[in-house]
Amino acid sequence: MDDKDLDLLRILEENSRLSTEEIATMTSLAKAEVERRIGALEATQVIKRYSTVVNWEKTGNGEVSAIIELKVSPERDFGYDRIAERLSRFRQVKSLRLITGTYDLQLIVTGKNMQDVSRFVSEHVAPMDRIRETATHIIMKSYKENGNTFFEQPEPERLPISP
Amino acid sequence: MRNFVSQRAQEIPPSGIRKFFDLVLTMEDVISLGVGEPDFNTPWNICESGIYSIEQGVTSYTSNRGLQTLRDTLSRYLAQHYNLNYDSNTEMLITTGVSEALDIAIRAITDPGDEILVAQPSYVSYGPCVTLAGGIPVPLRCTEKDHFRINPDSLAELVTKKTKALVISFPNNPTGGVMSESDLRGIADIVIDNDLVLISDEVYAELTYEGRHCSAATVSDLWQRTITLNGFSKAYAMTGWRIGYLCAPEDLCDAALKIHQYIMLCAPVMGQVGALEALRSAEEDKNSMVNEYRQRRNLFVAGLNRIGLPCHVPEGAFYAFPSIEKTGLSDVEFAERLLKEQRVAVVPGSVFGAGGEGHVRCAYAVSRKELAGALERMDQFLQIL
Repeated sequence: MDDKDLDLLRILEENSRLSTEEIATMTSLAKAEVERRIGALEATQVIKRYSTVVNWEKTGNGEVSAIIELKVSPERDFGYDRIAERLSRFRQVKSLRLITGTYDLQLIVTGKNMQDVSRFVSEHVAPMDRIRETATHIIMKSYKENGNTFFEQPEPERLPISP
Repeated sequence: MRNFVSQRAQEIPPSGIRKFFDLVLTMEDVISLGVGEPDFNTPWNICESGIYSIEQGVTSYTSNRGLQTLRDTLSRYLAQHYNLNYDSNTEMLITTGVSEALDIAIRAITDPGDEILVAQPSYVSYGPCVTLAGGIPVPLRCTEKDHFRINPDSLAELVTKKTKALVISFPNNPTGGVMSESDLRGIADIVIDNDLVLISDEVYAELTYEGRHCSAATVSDLWQRTITLNGFSKAYAMTGWRIGYLCAPEDLCDAALKIHQYIMLCAPVMGQVGALEALRSAEEDKNSMVNEYRQRRNLFVAGLNRIGLPCHVPEGAFYAFPSIEKTGLSDVEFAERLLKEQRVAVVPGSVFGAGGEGHVRCAYAVSRKELAGALERMDQFLQIL
């Protein structure tokens, strides 16, 4: 992993649909070199996959997301890892993190609607062994996801020509 | 009635881009590569600190030299980044943009009839500032053959007994040319032997894409005769905040300070607060903007060469300066027709003085999408031509 790899990752994270030629020109690398480096980053799972940041609210599909915090009793020898792995198998769990503070694990869960989310929490998450407490926060509106803002920013006015 | 306009005001030429500016305003769907400023918004932490300072009632004059904390922080920053050593109390002055710093630097050293060499192509203000100060601007032509660096022989040829100073600006607007340490060594002896002042406008220093910027005052024995000008506009996308600075040995700095305190009193305080925040916390924002410019430069310059407009690789600033000579058009004709026929605005190179003719300046401080669109239209233009 060197600066050129980091450069490639930043470019791809911003827009993974650029062609190899464009990326090669932007980074002053040969096309084959770009392909080789990206291949290696994929093989080592540094690049997990290529995805899209979607503003689902605009699609009006009514999907609901929630942040769920859990207090968990850690297991001897395994800590939080085994229960986190179990939770992460659920399709509904989009993100899962171990955090400091009042709670231990934080999940982001999506469902078709509010009932869907609450059923998932009450039937699948809360009853799991070692989970002592849950707190569910329904997401009302997203303003920014992964560095992308979801609100219109007016273009600042610039002079059309300046010295 | 008499003509009230002074001889000097009559002498300075009107800005060469004004006509273009007016023309662009009448047109729609123009992709403008004519803008000499970053297209990024000022990083939010900087804006926030400016807003907060206003809320806290920080709205008064500052000392003439500028906020002490800003000068102290800047002094450490310059030492760390450029190996430039200036005392924050005696050798440094915060100004209203580099424009003011340039004006007072020239006024501080110019007596009537002094010849001031101006390395060109260059930003449009240097010559008129010299004229307004009563001096005589003498263009020093830099050419594409030398990658728009100063050729020591051309410099030596122009020096006369009346020559007082040399004004340089690298990385350069409009050419993107830079001067390396060895390039600067090449002119240092001529400057020293002829006892000249060197005014070095380094406002694009942070936008250097290959290696590190070398500040003129760090080369040879130039420090004691150099006035270093710089500012926050380009590196931190802060053009409208109007904060620049002037650094020089104490006697020169004192002279500039005298002029500054009569004409400007101090730079705007909220701008100074923003500049301080920029130094404290915007390093990463700056680096990511520089990286983005570098990538755009690579794409755009490759594109220009592909469509048949030969362009050297600019090593700094955010301008490409392709030659349009083989189209058979003058740079003014080229720019006018490109604008009218394909709605792409570029600036004719001759606006920037000697050595600019036969070229156009394209600012790549616009989105990659706009750059690609501009290249497509320019390609069309060349094919129909």
